[in-house]
Amino acid sequence: MASDETSGKDLTATDSAGVDHGSAAAGIAVVSRDAVANPGFPPHRPRITDLDPRAEKRAERTVYTLFYLSIVGSIFAIAAYMIFPIVPEDPGSVRLNNMFIGIGLALALLALGIGAVHWGKALMHDEEGVDERHPVRGTDETRARAVEIFQEANTESGFGRRTMIRNSLIGALVVFPLPAVVLFRGLAPQDQDPVALLKQTMWEKGTRLALDPSGVPIKASDVTLGSSFAVIPEGLMDLGHGLLEEKAKAVVILVRMKPEDLIETPERASWSYDGIVAYSKICTHVGCPVGLYEQQTHHLLCPCHQSQFDVADSAKVIFGPAKRALPQLPIAVDADGYLIAQSDFLEPVGPSFWERQ
Amino acid sequence: MSTTTDMKPADTQKKKSGGFTGAAANYVDERTSISTAVKELGRKIFPDHWSFLLGEVALYSFVIILLSGTFLTFFFQASMVEVHYDGSYVPLKGVAMSVAMASSLDLSFDIRGGLLMRQVHHWAALLFVASIGLHMLRIFFTGAFRKPRELNWVIGFVLFILAMAEGFTGYSLPDDLLSGNGLRIIDGMVKGIPVVGTWISFLLFGGEFPGVDIVGRLYSLHILILPAIIVALIAMHLLFVVVHKHTQYPGAGRTNNNVVGYPVLPVYAAKAGGFFFIVFGVVMLMASFFTINPIWNYGPYDPSPVSAGTQPDWYIGFADGALRLIPPGLEWVGLGGTWSFNILIPLVGLGLFIGVVLLYPFLEAWVTGDKREHHILDRPRNAPTRTAIGAAGVTFYAGLWAAASSDIIATHFKVTMEGVIHTLQAVVILGPIIAYFITKRVCLALMKKDREIVLHGYESGRIVRLPGGEYIEVHQPVDEYERWKLVSYADYKPLELTPNARGKISPVQRVRAGLSRWFFEDRIAPVGTQEIEKSHGDHH
Repeated sequence: MASDETSGKDLTATDSAGVDHGSAAAGIAVVSRDAVANPGFPPHRPRITDLDPRAEKRAERTVYTLFYLSIVGSIFAIAAYMIFPIVPEDPGSVRLNNMFIGIGLALALLALGIGAVHWGKALMHDEEGVDERHPVRGTDETRARAVEIFQEANTESGFGRRTMIRNSLIGALVVFPLPAVVLFRGLAPQDQDPVALLKQTMWEKGTRLALDPSGVPIKASDVTLGSSFAVIPEGLMDLGHGLLEEKAKAVVILVRMKPEDLIETPERASWSYDGIVAYSKICTHVGCPVGLYEQQTHHLLCPCHQSQFDVADSAKVIFGPAKRALPQLPIAVDADGYLIAQSDFLEPVGPSFWERQ
Repeated sequence: MSTTTDMKPADTQKKKSGGFTGAAANYVDERTSISTAVKELGRKIFPDHWSFLLGEVALYSFVIILLSGTFLTFFFQASMVEVHYDGSYVPLKGVAMSVAMASSLDLSFDIRGGLLMRQVHHWAALLFVASIGLHMLRIFFTGAFRKPRELNWVIGFVLFILAMAEGFTGYSLPDDLLSGNGLRIIDGMVKGIPVVGTWISFLLFGGEFPGVDIVGRLYSLHILILPAIIVALIAMHLLFVVVHKHTQYPGAGRTNNNVVGYPVLPVYAAKAGGFFFIVFGVVMLMASFFTINPIWNYGPYDPSPVSAGTQPDWYIGFADGALRLIPPGLEWVGLGGTWSFNILIPLVGLGLFIGVVLLYPFLEAWVTGDKREHHILDRPRNAPTRTAIGAAGVTFYAGLWAAASSDIIATHFKVTMEGVIHTLQAVVILGPIIAYFITKRVCLALMKKDREIVLHGYESGRIVRLPGGEYIEVHQPVDEYERWKLVSYADYKPLELTPNARGKISPVQRVRAGLSRWFFEDRIAPVGTQEIEKSHGDHH
């Protein structure tokens, strides 16, 4: 503590010395003896309202007219509330209601505001005043007294002397918020493992591919060449609970192109059906749905951050911030001609996460 | 006993002043000592300048946000329970959506004036962040952050961050398609954080994205804790303005030891009070005529659809742009996990950027070694290096912000997406450097121009033909009050390397001296009296 006290005093001493130097201690500013002197305040220029009584009268009229106009605006807004009701199922009535109440209120507010400012600028006394500034720091006496108070408090409490008390107090203060931090574990369910959940989706062997959002299963023969659409697992829409969570992982984009346009690796050769391929619709960057398909180039574009994927070539990234290709859903056709999944995705879908691999 | 004696003068005073106002004032003062506050603050001087209104706009928009937001809370329900919409907006009838979305639609389509209040709230929020940003630029470029106001800069900076947080949490509440995609992006970014990302996302959303908790949680933040902190910080911010007294621009009669302007009562009260209503009125006009955030067009959140040209509110644009500009392929697996550098680099980069903004007053003070109080603002040209740094920062931010519209730029100007991204990548990296040098040279040129005006007068526009046939433009000398504005800035010299007590120069000192040289190397000294006299001699 003793060292603290001395350093405290030292600080004060140097500081006050610095102040004593006044403008001489200008730091690195060059003090020029040749500097131009401050000429003092320019002569006051009266306004037109100060010189011409008619202008003053006119300004006065303007101000009270504006205030009365403001009252008119408020009353207009109340009237508009009643005259322009919202008619159910008529969006036009909403627009009129919005607009006319708004016009009334805007008039009330603007007239009030402009009136007050005009009053201040044109009519109120316009000679500027001057306040003196003082250094922000407390005076030396105040500061000395403050140091003294802390010293007295220290002596009277023994805060610096009774180190065991002080240190254990600091320890207790540090530790006591920890239970609150632990309580926040309850923000997420205790019985779920996020990593396991992120690594699986609703797709499994034999799940039919269905249209988003109707949930109608898709026949391979109904998929026209060059088309692309969003696909969900059949049965997704029947989920009462957790529908959006499942959909956020399971949604797929289905594309049909000429089989000869597809560049397929040998291990994935059996994952498509007659030029129909299915890829996760969730961008591998930060998870936006990859929505825009360009038929001519077979490119898929994410509208959020412009990552582009080449559907013809395993949905590899060809531009933009994403690193990984869109995961492919292996598909086949069942006995009735419906498209089905061969299995779940073989890798986690969506944005990267730490435990992904 | 003493109270009774005290009462007597007060009573007689009351009788003298008479009337209800006097009695009421006496009643209040005897219980609050409010006369002390009136005495201290009532005639306090505030200087006048249009740029000082930017902070006022921020304050007033916050008041508007509080008023309109309170109205909204009476109708909005922050629940993600699924319902089938059954309100007035026909195209969405029967569509499954969350209660949050449905109540936002009801508020817009079934409550008279509800849409108006929603739009007032949203427009005022956009204005709030914008005015804070402009206010900060004004503070920066005029050097108002210098001693003793460094801490108030920090408070203001925190307010800026909180304003953006308020904006984002509020934007996400209606649970519409656009805001849902925004949350999806946040989720993706959070998951990219090494080691803890997956768990933070899981805790934030109460399980898997999107879950049924996030809107309620954001609502608590949006209407309770964030506004409470903002109100407290605004109070501190304004308290400091009173303690420091407002800065003023250089002008005749103004010194570092005075403050020149109008008193709170009556002029400032009329002007500032009136200005509140003007700001409110302008926001009201925008809300009456211009649609903002038409959630009914977007529909409820669904992880599958997305519309082209999706964009966040403007103030999140720079972060979104940073995500877009990152080059491809920056993801790496190793050291026990997946490193999403395509997310980490923007996060860390933006963190560093705003960190420098936060610490700038302290950095400049260290580099310049300036420990004096400053109450006279710098004209930006008179601090060329600082102004150039500011211009570089603005360019960096603008490049990132523009990148958030990369797709819209590409479609509107019929250029390639790749071209836009590559151009903006160059703008973000090279732009600040170019802006720095151009701005610095422009500042120096303006200072030279000021010198010339002081020494040789301003161009009067009057062309005179001399007897010899030569045409000259007559220069008029500036009067001494105008001249003062042009010459009343401080000239600085860089810090000198001085050995410490042991006769050594530490590496830190070398760096500091180097930075100081860089900060002050190009400068133009203010005109002195001798020069002025000499120039007069030249003329005659």
